Amino acid sequence: MTGKLYVEGVTQGRLPPDQLSDNFGDLHPPLDAHEALVAADRCYFCHDAPCMTACPTSIDIPLFIRQIATGTPDAAAKTILSQNILGGMCARVCPTETLCEEVCVRETAEGKPVEIGRLQRYATDGLMARNDHPFARAAETGKRIAVVGAGPAGLSCAHRLAMKGHAVDILDPRPKPGGLNEYGIAAYKSTEDFAAREVDWLMQIGGITFKSGEKLGKTVTLEALKSDYDAVFLGMGLGGVNALGLDGEDKDGILPAVDFIADLRQASDLSRLEIGRDVVVIGGGMTAIDAAVQAKLLGALNVTLVYRRGQARMNASLFEQELAASKGVRIITNATPKAVHGNGAVREIEFEYTDDDLTPTGQTFRLAADQVFKAIGQTLVGEGLPELDGRKIKVDGTGRTSVSGIWAGGDCASGGDDLTVTAVAEGRDAAEDIHATLTGAAG
Amino acid sequence: MADLTSEFIGIKSPNPFWLASAPPTDKEYNVRRAFEAGWGGVVWKTLGEAGPPVVNVNGPRYGAIWGADRRLLGLNNIELITDRPLEVNLREMKAVKRDYPDRALIASIMVPCVEDAWKAILPLVEETGADGIELNCGCPHGMSERGMGAAVGQNPELIEMITRWCKQTTRMPVIVKLTPNITDVRLPAEAAKRGGADAVSLINTINSITSVDLDDFAPEPTIDGKGSHGGYCGPAVKPIALNMVAEIARSAETAGLPISGIGGVTTWRDAAEFMALGAGNVQVCTAAMTYGFKVVQEMISGLSDYMDCKGFTSTEELVARAVPNVSDWQHLNLNYIAKAKINQDLCISCGRCFAACEDTSHQAIAMSEDRTFTVKDDECVACNLCVNVCPVEGCIDMVAMMPGTTDPRTGKVVEADYANWTTHPNNPMAAEAAE
Ligand SMILES: Cc1cc2nc3c(=O)[nH]c(=O)nc-3n(C[C@H](O)[C@H](O)[C@H](O)COP(=O)(O)OP(=O)(O)OC[C@H]3O[C@@H](n4cnc5c(N)ncnc54)[C@H](O)[C@@H]3O)c2cc1C
Ligand SMILES: Cc1cc2nc3c(=O)[nH]c(=O)nc-3n(C[C@H](O)[C@H](O)[C@H](O)COP(=O)(O)O)c2cc1C
Ligand code: SF4
Repeated sequence: MTGKLYVEGVTQGRLPPDQLSDNFGDLHPPLDAHEALVAADRCYFCHDAPCMTACPTSIDIPLFIRQIATGTPDAAAKTILSQNILGGMCARVCPTETLCEEVCVRETAEGKPVEIGRLQRYATDGLMARNDHPFARAAETGKRIAVVGAGPAGLSCAHRLAMKGHAVDILDPRPKPGGLNEYGIAAYKSTEDFAAREVDWLMQIGGITFKSGEKLGKTVTLEALKSDYDAVFLGMGLGGVNALGLDGEDKDGILPAVDFIADLRQASDLSRLEIGRDVVVIGGGMTAIDAAVQAKLLGALNVTLVYRRGQARMNASLFEQELAASKGVRIITNATPKAVHGNGAVREIEFEYTDDDLTPTGQTFRLAADQVFKAIGQTLVGEGLPELDGRKIKVDGTGRTSVSGIWAGGDCASGGDDLTVTAVAEGRDAAEDIHATLTGAAG
Repeated sequence: MADLTSEFIGIKSPNPFWLASAPPTDKEYNVRRAFEAGWGGVVWKTLGEAGPPVVNVNGPRYGAIWGADRRLLGLNNIELITDRPLEVNLREMKAVKRDYPDRALIASIMVPCVEDAWKAILPLVEETGADGIELNCGCPHGMSERGMGAAVGQNPELIEMITRWCKQTTRMPVIVKLTPNITDVRLPAEAAKRGGADAVSLINTINSITSVDLDDFAPEPTIDGKGSHGGYCGPAVKPIALNMVAEIARSAETAGLPISGIGGVTTWRDAAEFMALGAGNVQVCTAAMTYGFKVVQEMISGLSDYMDCKGFTSTEELVARAVPNVSDWQHLNLNYIAKAKINQDLCISCGRCFAACEDTSHQAIAMSEDRTFTVKDDECVACNLCVNVCPVEGCIDMVAMMPGTTDPRTGKVVEADYANWTTHPNNPMAAEAAE
């Protein structure tokens, strides 16, 4: 009955398949029609609504909720999608607790916000279930734009450009479009292959060609793109992962959390995915939480998330920390990895307690580890890119880089949080500016 | 996106949503913002005679009732017509109309019942470029004490008289705004028609006292210890307004008289219902006062979606579509038999249907030990009360019985033929009617 819960080392099938599918079901189950009406009724239709201001894509939240309340969820979906073409994904993955719902006046007043995210999902799911694409492509302009990266930034940019009548090629080395929607977001946020279905739906606008196997800097150069296309949008995200900088970091069992998650997202059969009995995740952000929670859901007996500073400094929201805790993840704060132990494969990892300023205390401890997932940040990779601002491509408010004819947005560009919704906003805004630039329309 | 452009008595507007004459249309600042928000037209706040304007109270002029979650359901007011000088309003109307030529701008007017008063103001209004005028025969407080507003609206002869004066004096289309504070709204509508009105609009507000202060023993809103009745509007008055609109739309005497529907329009659906019952367009006051001008966006998208769904290409196709189905009670089909049906998947077992039916209706719902609620078809008269008290939309349905089946309540076979009260054996008049 206990499956292979107690088996030492890294193995597959720790949990029976039905429990696995339960575990990876929807984090927030969809609202049914009655629940949606009850939830929508709570919205006050605020003036200059704080929720709308908090949304990076500025969705007209009070309007779409009123449209649900008045029995026109399709109109609500259009309100959402006209601002955020990936409104379906954002309804699932947005940390609403730190965006719209955090500032909802009913959160302030009662500690119980209007369920904006779930309402958004209700509206967009309805429209997409019928495969209804409410936007039409303008007449062809003859302009061609290269979009580098098929993540949320690239897709959003491509859709807006295609809608304006431009022809768009999206270049991406991966076999599937979607970027982290497809390869990174926690499985329980994007169930039933939603990421792929959403891209298919988005592509119905026409005029967009997805070219997989194309990697900037490898199969194609920026120079070539610049000369072959009328404009280039860079949305390649952050392809590299930060290293721990420890001896033995290359031992078996130590891998980037994003790789573990990508394998998990692409697995056709979760019971064949290998997971350790003792798993340690290093980091304090969304990726760390997602890796830890999913390791636990796969059947790891002991999952410990270790963050080097105090809890207040963790990037993961309180909601996410609580989610991890509720799934049985143990969170240790103020501990920095010092050494990896084991021959060939990792057996233990040693930490030293450090204060919020990372001052070492001299006190150390060891955790058993069959697997160690590193989640201490991703980095931009690439050479010959436009000017950087710190570690990202420098852009202005409309996504223009230092090189004329090249725009950038999403995680690879400066400014904004590394969130799906921010990437969508930046891709969309860059598309508007590209369009204005190419057609001479007022900027 | 369906085409919502509307033409009402020759006045074009991009959509059938006008703001009713009231505070939202009281000045240029508001009206410009309303047009920016998307309203198709406005009826400017009622103008009075030249000279010193009326004055309003300086204490609370509104009272309200609320539903759950403090949702505003009914609003009561004791505000008078505009308290700003006539020339200021006229100047502003002209400026707005010049800048928004595609929007409807109607001047609401209320002056004493003397011909000279009307003859004096109409040319001034015409000068602004307004698309039409609305005669305020409805204000039920304050102005009515001075022989205007509802005092005119309650007297068909006066309505006919002032309408005629206006038609004789101006080329502008004339809308007569009716008061609901009357027993039969068809009479003032007929009078307006006789006077030559191009349209009627209704309803203005309903006489009301919304609440009483139980410490000070005064009606609310209370001004220095006293209160007077006010005019009631908002979602609560919609059923009354719908009926009055329908009465005029289906009456032979007023058939074809254009109607601008007013009273509780809060969503696209309310507007569509008014239009289906014969209103060529709608006017809105309380919804804008509760939610702001932006509320029109939901009305526009909702009506457009609905029309697309129905395949209507113009609002004309919706207007009056339900009028043929508004009937007198005596013509309803008594052979139509339905039974309530509770959807057990949706039921949340609150038991409200049971309490309502058991205590106040026909004892036609059974409750089991485990709180399963089922309808007893042999008791159910299909009264609909359970549907109305059920908190879950769509949980209880009224299902029509097929002809040929037997109604377990009466033991009679359901007949396919239509038969109404006029021929029913229990009707003492039936013999006469049948002859
Ligand atoms: C594990 C994890 C969980 C996350 N969870 C959430 C969440 O719950 N909610 C949330 O809002 N955000 C979340 N994020 C952040 C969010 O996924 C990103 O902010 C978002 O995907 C950024 O979009 P993007 O388009 O800029 O980049 P990406 O989604 O990273 O897409 C970049 C694309 O570019 C391609 N590419 C890379 N290099 C090249 C190249 N040289 N040439 C061509 N193509 C290239 C990649 O293959 C990829 O398809 C999460 C991130 C991670 C890593
Ligand atoms: C504060 C207030 C002032 C009003 N003033 C006028 C007026 O000056 N002239 C008029 O014709 N109707 C006036 N009305 C009535 C409205 O135009 C409208 O007929 C009524 O409110 C019903 O519509 P509603 O339910 O959408 O509010 C007023 C209503 C309110 C609430
Ligand atoms: S802040 Fe909350 S109540 Fe106000 S509009 Fe937004 S969701 Fe509605």
